[in-house]
Amino acid sequence: MEKRRERIDRGVKARAVGIFTLWSWREMIFVSGPRLLMILALAFLPVILDDYLRKVLLSVALYALLGISWSLMAQCGMISLGQSLFFGIGGYLSGIMNHYWGWPVYFTIPIATLWGGFLGTLILLPTLRLRGVYFAMLTLMIPLIITRIIEATRIFGGTEGLHGLSSFGLVWEVFLLYLMLAALVISLFGCMRLMDSNFGLVIKAIHDNDRSVISSGIYLNWYKTRALFIASCMGAFCGAFMTHIYRFVGMPAFSLDYCIMPLAANVVGGFGNFAGSVLGAFIIVPISEFLRGVGGLRIAFYGLFLVIFSITLPEGLFNFLERKYNQFEHYVTVEK
Amino acid sequence: MNSFSLLKVNEINKNFGGIQAVHQVSFILEKGEILGIIGPNGSGKTTLVNMITGFIKPTSGEIVYKGRNITNMTPQKIVSLGIARTFQMVRPFYQLPAFKNIVVTLCSPRVKGLVGGRYGDFDAIALDLLEEVGFERESFTAYKPASTLPQGHLKRLELAKTIALQPDLLILDELFSGLSLAEVAGIVPIIEKIREQGRTVIMIEHRLKELFRLADRMIVLNYGMKIAEGSKEIMESEVVKKAYLGAEA
Repeated sequence: MEKRRERIDRGVKARAVGIFTLWSWREMIFVSGPRLLMILALAFLPVILDDYLRKVLLSVALYALLGISWSLMAQCGMISLGQSLFFGIGGYLSGIMNHYWGWPVYFTIPIATLWGGFLGTLILLPTLRLRGVYFAMLTLMIPLIITRIIEATRIFGGTEGLHGLSSFGLVWEVFLLYLMLAALVISLFGCMRLMDSNFGLVIKAIHDNDRSVISSGIYLNWYKTRALFIASCMGAFCGAFMTHIYRFVGMPAFSLDYCIMPLAANVVGGFGNFAGSVLGAFIIVPISEFLRGVGGLRIAFYGLFLVIFSITLPEGLFNFLERKYNQFEHYVTVEK
Repeated sequence: MNSFSLLKVNEINKNFGGIQAVHQVSFILEKGEILGIIGPNGSGKTTLVNMITGFIKPTSGEIVYKGRNITNMTPQKIVSLGIARTFQMVRPFYQLPAFKNIVVTLCSPRVKGLVGGRYGDFDAIALDLLEEVGFERESFTAYKPASTLPQGHLKRLELAKTIALQPDLLILDELFSGLSLAEVAGIVPIIEKIREQGRTVIMIEHRLKELFRLADRMIVLNYGMKIAEGSKEIMESEVVKKAYLGAEA
């Protein structure tokens, strides 16, 4: 005789999620509960937290948004190591518009978001036919190339960057935090909705087996380009927004931080899941902040944490929690 | 040559490096026919299909479909003209439920270009199509992820994907291989029905008995060359026996 663990879907899940018909309050709360809880938490956190923690929350939201943008590309089979490309393009575009042409913040951010998305897509367009490691390598190299170009040709302030950009000029700084959180929530649910649509279905199919999608007569690159544009816009928005928070844009906008952190957030939170990247960002960004006290060993501790996490919970925290939420487990005895 | 033929393959060649995979193969396909392509392993059958469907460009020669030269077209363009294929190794989208596999195909520009193809509930159309190829509606097999389906259902899924494109020419690459006799017997009527709808079929098969029941005409390939063409009596001919059984036979 042996005891073995058995997993069974909760009845409420089978009814509420599989058939898309909600019969009772209990089912509605089961489906919408976690989402509402997250939105409520995001709404109240800025009020509760002190100034320092608000800054941490802002960078959590930033990396969560970059993580979502990374995840969207990854779900299309484009594993990117260069999310900083979008961040940097968005940052530089809004910086240039503000510094050279004197455009106000409320114009530069939306324009930088759209044109940053467009430029980012345009730059990566020739690499779309590559897959896996080759795509990843190229995306890692492109931001490095751009920083070297800026350094060598001294355009846009060269190594100094552009200083003294205009700020948002708000009385309540907390409003900015809410703006970022709103962008995060909209992108999160927007992307989830997108992946549930037929467009998202084709995206998932491309990730699964692209030859088969070709044999259906579907143009892969058209779908990939659109997904890339959306991801790129999100990254560019982050860049433009942070540029006006720091009131500075320079070569650090293309730094490796913006490549690695979204990826790490997805490792911790779980792949193939936008909520996973948000949850991941909520874990790793505060940890990396609080480890600042440890000094030089910070990166070592941080790396160790990531290694332990990816070994003990390879499916990711969100996928683990989601499974616990949707299924219950019990032990059954089986004949040997 | 009859100018009304559906497909004309004209002396096509394909070299992979020094290896001649397909050598000077020509044939004509009439509308409404079922053509069988047979031959030993490595005789260039799949390469031939890959060239017709645009996945590989031929080294020389031309392929004419409905009077248009499709030799250098992209696979997507060829699908939009009405040629659909299945793969020898099944290529479903494993993480999606079976019926969502069909919905992906329904998003194709080919389907959107057909009358009414843009409208309707794709999920419902997909479920109907799957029922047509033998996914029983009562068993809810169509809702299961493709990764959990047995081989027989995956082959049916692959077939349903091509039917969803409503092609004029279906190319079935070893649809029956790896299936039991009972499973094959279940698929044969589906192909007969496809023929009744006036569609043309090219079948690549190793299961000769089932192929002879369906096919009107046969082409035998060996070492990339067409060695025989005709009805099932060609199997009696000396060249074909030699190709299948070896030189000593």
